[in-house]
Amino acid sequence: MSTCSVSKGCFVFKPSPKKRRVSQKTVHFGERKDSGDTDLQFVTCQALWNQIKQELEQIQEDLNKQLLDNLESFLRRSHSEFQAKTTEWTYRMKSREIPTAALVLGVNVTDHDLTFRSISEVLQQNVTPYIALLEAKDCTGIKNLMQKLMGQLMNCYIDVDSLEDEDNVQVSHNRIRCSMTSLVNWYEGVTKKTSSETPSKKRTSSSRHWLSSPIVVIFKDMESFTTKVLQDFIVISSQHIHQLPLVLIFGIATSPMIIHSLLPHSVSSLLCIELFQSLSCKEHLSTVVDKLLLTTQFPFKLGEKVLQVLINIFLYHDFSVQNFIKGFQLCIVEHFYSQPLSILCCQMADVKTRVNSLSHEQCENVRRLPSFRRYVEGQVSENQIALLTADNYLKEVVQKLLEDLHVYHENYIPVLRCLHVLTSSLPKYPLGKQIRELHCMCLEDQVWETEEYESALQLARMLNKSDLVNVLQQCVEIFVSSAVKEFDQTVEKLKEFLTQFQKLEVAEAFQERDVSVSSQKELQKKTDLYHLQKSLLELKESRRSKKLTKFEMLRFEVVDYIDGLVRSYLAPADHKTLHEVVYFNTPSVLREHLNAAPRIALHTALNNPHCYLKAFSTVVTAAEGPDAASSDQVDDIIHARFIRAVSELELLGFIKPSKQKTDHVARLTWGGC
Amino acid sequence: MSQPQGKGGGAREVKFVPDEEVVKHIADDAGIKLRKDKTQLIVNVKRFVKRLENISDDEAQEFLEENNYVAALGICAQGPVGNGSNVSGSEVYSFQTPKRSSKMAELASELAQTPEQSVVPDHAEFPEKTAKTPQSSKHSSSNKVQLRSKKKEFVSTTPYRLRKRLAAPNPYLESESEYSASCSEEEDEEDQKEVNTVLSSRKTPGKTKAASTPPPKNTLTKKNKEDKMNKLVEEYFEAHSSSKVLTSDRTLQKLQKRRLNQQTLHDLLKKAPLAYADEIKELNQQHGSLFSKWMLQLNLGFNIVLYGLGSKRDLLEKFRTSVLQDSVHLVVNGYFPGITVRSILNSITEDVLDHIGTFRSLLDQLEFIMKRFKEDSSLELYVLIHNLDSQMLRGERSQQILAQLSSLPSIYLIASIDHINAPLMWDQAKLSLYNWLWYETTTFSPYVEETSYENSLLVQQSGSLALSSLMHVLRSLTLNARGIFRLLAQYQLENKDNSSYPGLSFQDFYQQCREAFLVNSDLTLRAQLTEFRDHKLIRTKRGADGVEYLLIPVDDSTLTDFLEKEDEDV
Repeated sequence: MSTCSVSKGCFVFKPSPKKRRVSQKTVHFGERKDSGDTDLQFVTCQALWNQIKQELEQIQEDLNKQLLDNLESFLRRSHSEFQAKTTEWTYRMKSREIPTAALVLGVNVTDHDLTFRSISEVLQQNVTPYIALLEAKDCTGIKNLMQKLMGQLMNCYIDVDSLEDEDNVQVSHNRIRCSMTSLVNWYEGVTKKTSSETPSKKRTSSSRHWLSSPIVVIFKDMESFTTKVLQDFIVISSQHIHQLPLVLIFGIATSPMIIHSLLPHSVSSLLCIELFQSLSCKEHLSTVVDKLLLTTQFPFKLGEKVLQVLINIFLYHDFSVQNFIKGFQLCIVEHFYSQPLSILCCQMADVKTRVNSLSHEQCENVRRLPSFRRYVEGQVSENQIALLTADNYLKEVVQKLLEDLHVYHENYIPVLRCLHVLTSSLPKYPLGKQIRELHCMCLEDQVWETEEYESALQLARMLNKSDLVNVLQQCVEIFVSSAVKEFDQTVEKLKEFLTQFQKLEVAEAFQERDVSVSSQKELQKKTDLYHLQKSLLELKESRRSKKLTKFEMLRFEVVDYIDGLVRSYLAPADHKTLHEVVYFNTPSVLREHLNAAPRIALHTALNNPHCYLKAFSTVVTAAEGPDAASSDQVDDIIHARFIRAVSELELLGFIKPSKQKTDHVARLTWGGC
Repeated sequence: MSQPQGKGGGAREVKFVPDEEVVKHIADDAGIKLRKDKTQLIVNVKRFVKRLENISDDEAQEFLEENNYVAALGICAQGPVGNGSNVSGSEVYSFQTPKRSSKMAELASELAQTPEQSVVPDHAEFPEKTAKTPQSSKHSSSNKVQLRSKKKEFVSTTPYRLRKRLAAPNPYLESESEYSASCSEEEDEEDQKEVNTVLSSRKTPGKTKAASTPPPKNTLTKKNKEDKMNKLVEEYFEAHSSSKVLTSDRTLQKLQKRRLNQQTLHDLLKKAPLAYADEIKELNQQHGSLFSKWMLQLNLGFNIVLYGLGSKRDLLEKFRTSVLQDSVHLVVNGYFPGITVRSILNSITEDVLDHIGTFRSLLDQLEFIMKRFKEDSSLELYVLIHNLDSQMLRGERSQQILAQLSSLPSIYLIASIDHINAPLMWDQAKLSLYNWLWYETTTFSPYVEETSYENSLLVQQSGSLALSSLMHVLRSLTLNARGIFRLLAQYQLENKDNSSYPGLSFQDFYQQCREAFLVNSDLTLRAQLTEFRDHKLIRTKRGADGVEYLLIPVDDSTLTDFLEKEDEDV
């Protein structure tokens, strides 16, 4: 069946049902030329991704916990007053104030969906079954808003209740006039029903909710609602607040000031607003990076350039953590799709079996890896031959190398954290404020060769004691919590430093006092300006040339020790053998697929002389045969091609017919009218 | 982050200070306060110059920043295919005008192979022009004067020859909007070309020279600044002038070539050899190797959008026939002029979900679809949309609905875009719903299908399309009905020279049909005409006297063709 038609634009194709059965579960990496266990690759990829997804959900939950707790307690508070009919509520009722939570979520609008979903889930579980989520695009008028609101509320009512009287409700739902009064009636009916019905049965099912739970209305994107709709809704509902325990939640992307600029004072005074701040997206990202990348839990790693691209997209384009995760997912898929050896990118427990089951082809793939070739070249000749010819020997070595790589990561992360602790307390942050920046630097090159590192160490040598002690204590914590055996000694050494600092304290205090007293005395002695200057200079000189104090010696020692740790553990990953197996390092792929530039593609395609010539072939051919041009008899084919060129330009959006004159077009891009 | 802000502040300052200066300057000219203002002015000038420097610094830095950023995004690594993604914007869009303009002129002269009209006049006329410019800048020393003398000044900046020519028709220019200055029909083509080249090259070099001419007197800085400012002002008004653009009056009708209709156009294009067919074929094969990857990524929850020059229809068709044969899929021709979101949703609800019934609104329908797909996890649907950015689908609401549809985990969307500004359709929210993966698939193949519906201005409209549909409909009718239509067509053709022909009145028509034994009653004819009208074969019009007139809304040549074909058939 063709999909060209002059009467139809949509075509549906349905295969016969028998065929469809066959096509189930055909999702895989497909057949490719290079050998590789594609199925295993796919399974590994999926397993890894699922694991990561779970972790992400956990992170999200943890991050939102604070916010949710606050919200929940707010709802309870506002609600309990209604229930208890306390004085405050009656006071509020008189003034018709609606309790409102203003939720400042930040500009990364795309992440809000997830937050709201978890909010409504949690609230549904813990506070009230009556939750309505409104979006601006559904609520163009107050009527639509009410419709949507009642639809959602009454549906939830069905869910809570048995499904028997569904038809009943369905009909009434359709017929009901959408007004606040009907909503009040409905609410009274519902609450009465739940309270009057056999309490034992009902209680158990809805014991989590209190009697007469509040109605929560969430405005997802407060800024995009039209002011009129919002105002009307608020005014109307404030009239009914004494019958209906209504609570509003505003999702705000910009700043809480927007409420006041959107709503006039007469309306905003009807709201009793409490502000809630969600976690900023930057912190969110840091947590994600921390939990996903700086951990040995997941075997998959991102290369330096790739991470940089992802972070740049985040910082320069959207601040969206969701997009970051999407990019991460794409990295995983790409890695497993393009790297046949990615089957080895699995948990350490599986490595042995997987290495042993490598086919000859796969072994060849290993031998082709640049990092492995470098490794081979560094070996003695017999060993080289064995590595290149004997598969079994190769497998042994590969397994060992992979274990080395794992150990490298295990050591890398705590040392990185320590270095970050040290450098993030320095002024001007020579090595970056965030640990991800430091991570990028370490991945890129040998970090101790850089100028920034040099200056960071210099600054570290000038830290005062309390800071240094603080840093050391944190480092000890990091190493202890990393639980890597190799660092036991390091911990010992650091603890030793700490005790030495403590010992110093007393002695140093004496010295300090000595110096200050003596110098002060000197200063007091001479009142002459010239002499004062001279003595000050002398004092300075003496300080410079003065022998290092014990504290300073110790400080140097500490910094040098950390420097040593960095040099031995923070070598960039691409110096490691077999890093290709776990590192994804093709940033161009990411850029191509996530951050595409269609304009540039078009432009370059048109810059291409081939197409240039094609589009303007008329000119060329006219030049070839001047007779034809001068006689005004344009060749039919050229004419047709010209027509096509014009309509293509129109389709691409370069030109449009200018309505002012016949046969004229206006240029639209690159400096048109 | 602080960089753009600083820059913005700088830009505002630039705009602000000139205003002040201008006011002061006018006051200066008026000669009210002389001494006092002078000193103040100089201070201001100094400040201004300083600011200018600052700004250029800022810009340079910004450029650097941009470079860094672009580099950070990883362009350095070259991909195997594709010509867009790995190039930085500055490489593609950088200004090369001065170089290019002369090059283009040379190229044009070479191509045209007419030695007598090479670039020479171009150069010859510049000195003359630059000699004039200082005058004009004197004129424009005050902003007001300059605005008033805008027209005059425009004349003075054009080359001498052109100006001479312009001088005569200038009065017409105001009155006759249709007449345009750059074209005088009695001139031969050579001259015309020359003018065009001069016109095109006038803008850039002329301007810079005018700006760089040393001011005759006055303080140097002031003059410089003024020039700069004037230039800015001039450029602004030039860019935003609503004045008539000088365009050629030579319409296509003046070619001794009748407009082609769709069919002949199609045939002609088929005959035209496709340039670089082999290379294009190879390119397409490369794209074809991506199919399995697309399938995988679609299944993992991404949606795919294809961009790049050239029709992507064939590629998607190939994808469909090679990979999607065994699954339910929906093909949407976005470029089809009658496509709507409703029709897309309808084909999903009716054909895919086998749902009978209507919906109150699009949102209801969408909700229904989403519910069904969420409930039944075995439902899967691949949606292919050719030209997601077409005229009919690019609206905000349509895109919102499509985006929501595509966000369903069991609906897999693969779409193509062509319009250069297509990505502007999507804001962050929609983008996240779509969850795009971008693929550059530049195919260089002609947009045959896509432009066949395009109402191109150069193609004769309603030609073959109407004919084929006429034939189609009539073939399914009874012999009598065809006779009736023939009668009407013949009558219309007989009257084709009569420009005020209103159509055939119903009574007359009835009479004729009776005489030809085609109908036996008023009612049967009416029934027949209703059928014609439903198929849009005829149109009825009520005349001034209340009589009903019948007309076939097809042009005469098509009608003649039709009658000829009918004769062949019979």
